[in-house]
Amino acid sequence: MTYLIGFLTLVFLGLTIAVVMRMQSVLKSTKTEIVEDNAPVPNNNANAIMCLLFLVFGSIGGVWSYFHYESTFQLPIASPHGRITDHMFWVSMGILSVALVVVNVLIFFFSWKYSYNKNRKAKFYPENHVLELVWTVIPAVVMAYLVFTGYVAWTNIMAEAPSNAQVVEIMGKQFNWWVRYGGNEDNKLGKYNYKLVDDTNNNPMGIDFSDANAFDDFIHNGEMHLIVNRPVALKIRARDVLHSVFIPHMRVKMDAVPGMPTKFQFTPDRTTKEMRAELENPKFDYEIACTEVCGRGHFSMRLRLIVEDEASFNKWKASQKPVLATILENKPDFMSKIPQDLKAKAMKYMPVPAEPVVPVANTKPAQTGSALGASASL
Amino acid sequence: MSVAEADLETGVHVHEAGEHHHEELNFWRKYIFCEDHKVIAKQYMISGIVWAVIGISMSVIFRMQLGFPNANMSWLKPILGRWIEDGGKLSPDFYLALVTMHGTIMVFFVLTAGLSGTFSNFLIPLQIGARDMASGFLNMLSFWFFFASSVLMFISIFLETGPAAGGWVVYPPLSALPQAHLGSQMGMTLWLLSMSLFIISALLGGINYITTVINLRTRGMSFSRLPLTIWAFLITAVLGLISFPVLLSAALLLIFDRHFGTSFYLSEIYINGEALPNQGGSPILFQHLFWFLGHPEVYIVLLPALGITSEIIATNSRKPIFGYRAMIASLLAIAFLAFIVWAHHMFVTGMNPFLGSVFMFLTLIIAVPSAVKAFNYITTLWKGNIIFTPAMLFSIGLVSLFVTGGLTGIILGNSALDIQLHDTYFVVAHFHIVMGAASAFGFFAGVYHWFPKMFGRMMNNTQGQIHFWGTFIGIYLIFFPMHYVGIAGFPRRYYSFTTYDFTHTFTDLNQFISIAAFFTFGAQFIFLWNFFYSIFRGRTAPLNPWKSNTLEWTTPLHPGHGNWEGEIPAVYRWPYDYSKPGAADDFIPQNVPYSQTPESNLPHENAEIAMEKEIEAQNYNDQFASH
Repeated sequence: MTYLIGFLTLVFLGLTIAVVMRMQSVLKSTKTEIVEDNAPVPNNNANAIMCLLFLVFGSIGGVWSYFHYESTFQLPIASPHGRITDHMFWVSMGILSVALVVVNVLIFFFSWKYSYNKNRKAKFYPENHVLELVWTVIPAVVMAYLVFTGYVAWTNIMAEAPSNAQVVEIMGKQFNWWVRYGGNEDNKLGKYNYKLVDDTNNNPMGIDFSDANAFDDFIHNGEMHLIVNRPVALKIRARDVLHSVFIPHMRVKMDAVPGMPTKFQFTPDRTTKEMRAELENPKFDYEIACTEVCGRGHFSMRLRLIVEDEASFNKWKASQKPVLATILENKPDFMSKIPQDLKAKAMKYMPVPAEPVVPVANTKPAQTGSALGASASL
Repeated sequence: MSVAEADLETGVHVHEAGEHHHEELNFWRKYIFCEDHKVIAKQYMISGIVWAVIGISMSVIFRMQLGFPNANMSWLKPILGRWIEDGGKLSPDFYLALVTMHGTIMVFFVLTAGLSGTFSNFLIPLQIGARDMASGFLNMLSFWFFFASSVLMFISIFLETGPAAGGWVVYPPLSALPQAHLGSQMGMTLWLLSMSLFIISALLGGINYITTVINLRTRGMSFSRLPLTIWAFLITAVLGLISFPVLLSAALLLIFDRHFGTSFYLSEIYINGEALPNQGGSPILFQHLFWFLGHPEVYIVLLPALGITSEIIATNSRKPIFGYRAMIASLLAIAFLAFIVWAHHMFVTGMNPFLGSVFMFLTLIIAVPSAVKAFNYITTLWKGNIIFTPAMLFSIGLVSLFVTGGLTGIILGNSALDIQLHDTYFVVAHFHIVMGAASAFGFFAGVYHWFPKMFGRMMNNTQGQIHFWGTFIGIYLIFFPMHYVGIAGFPRRYYSFTTYDFTHTFTDLNQFISIAAFFTFGAQFIFLWNFFYSIFRGRTAPLNPWKSNTLEWTTPLHPGHGNWEGEIPAVYRWPYDYSKPGAADDFIPQNVPYSQTPESNLPHENAEIAMEKEIEAQNYNDQFASH
């Protein structure tokens, strides 16, 4: 491939130089004619015809490429709001394509039609207020329509999440994501504090264990699980630099900002399984990507998203181990940091060496995860 | 008189008597530390071209990576050194550095300094009938600040840790934390210093342009007779004057955060095993400040191109520009709106959604004045007598690109649609067409059109036409398919698309785009050859090669410092009297009084004949005259 590119570059440079040389000699031989020529500059008619050719071949190319790639660029949709915005996108594109075609046809058709003729004089036509008014009002009306539909959609998407929403927290860091759930006991996310972040001691999200709600919180850095057809209130934050949560199939995007939590609510309405069947691709997975440049590994912050029915979600959830349990398992004296009045409650998460640990079925840890990631997901 | 004072300060003109010739200046004063606006314009132009070659070459390198991710790039090792990692792979750090520098160089150094710097400097005095800028000294200072800024930016490319690499928008905290990113170390420091100098240069230039246009117009050159180029340059300068200081403050606060421990943009950060003490800052603040410049910047880049195009399309259609007043009004409207739409770059940053709705509304309004401009250009072409000079071709191409790229802006300005498309290749395609390519076309059009005035020689038309078609078709081949890649959700600034399933498609299209980019890059060598060859060996130009109406064509072939020998011509009419019914020629220059053209005067113009004496009696505003 390298040689190919190198070769092509050389060929191209050679061609360029050849063309330039050639033109130079052509110019020299016709030097005297140019000024007296019919048109004030050479090749006037050739350029007029090029305008027309550009129009014809440009249109063919545009239409062909659209139909050729249509199936590739149409990303499947798995959320109701995504269907609305996609529909709006294609309606807008339709309207704008009309404008695109009309304007470009006019530009190049006129350029061809009115190319220089020494027997003709151009029309002295400096202004026409009616025309100006027409093409001020028409775009204004179209814009008003687009603004209105856009405003309605935007307001609905950005509304507060309903009270029955599943709350999930996602945190970006260089260069992977951590996901946190409210746990199997109270299902409430506990507080966090960036000063408590401790990668070596299993607390990458800085969970604050002086808050009892945090005791049963569990985290994961390989995948996010969501229940199908249940609204999701995604709480988004970052702990080092800007990131941006992008779930292409859900039409979800929101920046993750250190020091300023953000949110996005949406409803996934097709399970991973359904999507696999529909696309006839058994390997299909929803994915979460980063779309705010965050450093060297920006392009590789993949997080798998699994949308499933409530039963299998609950099964997965039940198999997850609270962060507190993992911390205490590795460092039992962490108990000293729990406030006195909550110690009794926290004791529940102290591993009991005598009892055999229930084996946990879990997917394999994320490739980006460190040893810590593996231990957290066990 | 402030003008006289300015002359005293510069010290150069003091000894001159009247409009006589200058004493011969030595090489340094004539070509290097020169105060003649024409030389300064050429300095900007040459620097802009050099930067363009560097900036576009960078894009060629990262297009290689994107189109041919498996290619072995060891052959680039002699140039890029250890940025080519083992196995012939481009370093991901350097990929981001390339993207960042490409953006910075093209937006600021090429399309702001190269375009505005060249043509504002060259055309303002020549077209309004002034001897030079209001302050030649400030003008010179402006270029040398730009030069110093260029040197710093150039040096940063060769740092061991590389140049800035957080995207041309340099969002903190990434750009504020040296430990977060290689490019946020020394490279970022130099980026900030360089940009600070650049802003000073832009401001010095801007006040000069504004002052000159307001104070130094020749007799009879009322605002309603100004060529649209000058209107565009004036409005651009005002935009720059208001918005660049905001970028300077953003940069200063970032410098404070980086070096003096402040927390303007930093809060609750844990990085490299350490929780930083900074609390209470907001990265969003930087984005607001940045885009308060960043969005007007788009128009700082584009408006001069639109002004140049207006002039060239009218001249080469042999028709008056259609809707002269509507063109000015739409320029003013775009300029005003440019200041109140910045947050459409920030719909999904966590900004209050209500603000999003407001900014969506304001953004979509811009489509209206833009549509007016496009249709006015088209009506100017209608029933014209079109001469396809290279400048005209590039102007027609600009209108096409302006519309094509502008239309997708209506999609992106819609906050609901922006959710999916934000930071994807759809955005890249959009702004490269409407702002990048369109403005570059304005630059090319300007160079081809005013080359005869700059160097007294003609560029080769045929080569220019070939250059146009290569570039124009190439631009569409690169950026039209890129929309598809964007609709499919491919994010920007990705080093490679192999890590996600949803980006496994389109390897063929990415290859195609890269090849189209190499082709378009190659086509630019035709221009470079034509440009440099013609400077030395081009055909000697006639005095008014395009039969244009504006004042610059009334100067001698090689105008000296002061532009006109003898009196500055007075102006009696607007600059667009092309193909006027009854007139013998198809053009009547601005300095021809109505009293000499009774055969073509419109009724209201006959009434203006009486004003001619008054115009001639007006104050000369001649800086070089002895007072």
